[in-house]
Amino acid sequence: MAGNFRLFNFAAPSRFYALSGALIPWFWGVAVVLAAIGLYMGFFVAPTDATQGDAYRIIFIHVPAAWMSMVLYLVMAGWAGVGWAFKARLASMVARAIAPTGAMFAFLALWSGAFWGKPTWGTWWVWDARITSELILLFLYLGYIALVEAIDDVRRADNAGALLALVGAINVPIIYFSVKWWNTLHQGASISMTAAPKMASTMVTAMLVMTFACWAYAFAVVFMRTRAIILEREQHADWVGKLVNPGAQA
Amino acid sequence: MGAGFVAVYARDLRLAMRRRIEALLPIVFFVVAVSLFPLGVGPEPQMLRQIAPGIVWVCALLAAMMSVNNLYAADYADGSLEQMLLSGHSGVTIVAAKACAHWTVTGLPLVLSAPLFGLLFDMDGTALGVLTISLLLGTPMLSLLGSFGAALTLGLRSAGVLIVLLVLPLSIPALIFGTGAVAAVESGLSPAGHYSILGALLIFTILTAPLAAAAALRISLE
Repeated sequence: MAGNFRLFNFAAPSRFYALSGALIPWFWGVAVVLAAIGLYMGFFVAPTDATQGDAYRIIFIHVPAAWMSMVLYLVMAGWAGVGWAFKARLASMVARAIAPTGAMFAFLALWSGAFWGKPTWGTWWVWDARITSELILLFLYLGYIALVEAIDDVRRADNAGALLALVGAINVPIIYFSVKWWNTLHQGASISMTAAPKMASTMVTAMLVMTFACWAYAFAVVFMRTRAIILEREQHADWVGKLVNPGAQA
Repeated sequence: MGAGFVAVYARDLRLAMRRRIEALLPIVFFVVAVSLFPLGVGPEPQMLRQIAPGIVWVCALLAAMMSVNNLYAADYADGSLEQMLLSGHSGVTIVAAKACAHWTVTGLPLVLSAPLFGLLFDMDGTALGVLTISLLLGTPMLSLLGSFGAALTLGLRSAGVLIVLLVLPLSIPALIFGTGAVAAVESGLSPAGHYSILGALLIFTILTAPLAAAAALRISLE
């Protein structure tokens, strides 16, 4: 992977370690500032919804979390696949670092959705197609995490996880449409989320700001976790030794 | 391709015939699990009739997941799995043959005995027929997906539980359309659409799952 293309320079764990270390404070800063702006807009600027009252304000967390959980699964599967196909160690490490964050967002989407459902629908949970597929997405994340944690051999764990993530990514649309059809068969359209009224523009803006905050947060956390994985796996490398113990003789 | 397939398939069947009680264990699990439901939810025939297809399908799923754990384990432990993969036959052939043998030993008896359990749940004749056909189309998928899970978790300490966690989300479409066929027939609709989708899913699984399982075996045996 060490071609002339400069970007691949950062595929070396040591260089990536330095670069991500420099970027992490910026991502944290952006995440905090954007989250503060987004939450302020969401809770104080955006108007109260005519039909749902103030309960709708959960979407400022809920929708970005749901988006992130889906995008992160694809990103994870993509990097895991790159790591498997091109034997790029760093890509596999990034994939493993993404998984817990993706699972957290999937859980957050379900949890915040339940809090929204109680005042709006009068129930914590319905077997709606979208909710069910989000739950299955959480299961896919948990399966990936469980598999890579169960395998002691690092290379086998990375490759097996990559295969599972790719198979899962191929199956996500099949599962989604199955669940959707199952849902329409079993229960009438008692609750429709697609027929939502048009949102005020401040609501959309606040939601987008929150989405960018979630992105910045995801970058920061994934980079931090990747750095920890790099240190763990490269613990016998010279540069890690110098990093941990600068005074020691190489 | 053909000779290797037949050889592995016949070998696995012969091994199963020599350990008949062990081969029958998934069926026994299925019988016991299905029988527990009326005790858990109550004996009202109306409700039992309604939930019967789901129970039979979920128990068939779990029985397949329990038994698939042993698909490669014994051959892996004594080294014959590596020899098979070194024999020159492609991994896909071996995986397909073993999944096929697994279906013959555990899936087929489930399909054949499912009408009997439908009777326990007071299902009528048409629904029984549909349930059997849906299982006939669906259980090969379970064996194929299960062999993928078994190949991924080969030799791991917690393989049994892991397979369930990995494969169950992937088998949800089979479950939905398998039970959906019975539900359709009971509400007066034709199950043909469900059969078609189950068939399409089966073809897709037959074409892709052996490739994935063979890749997983290569990763696990590296």
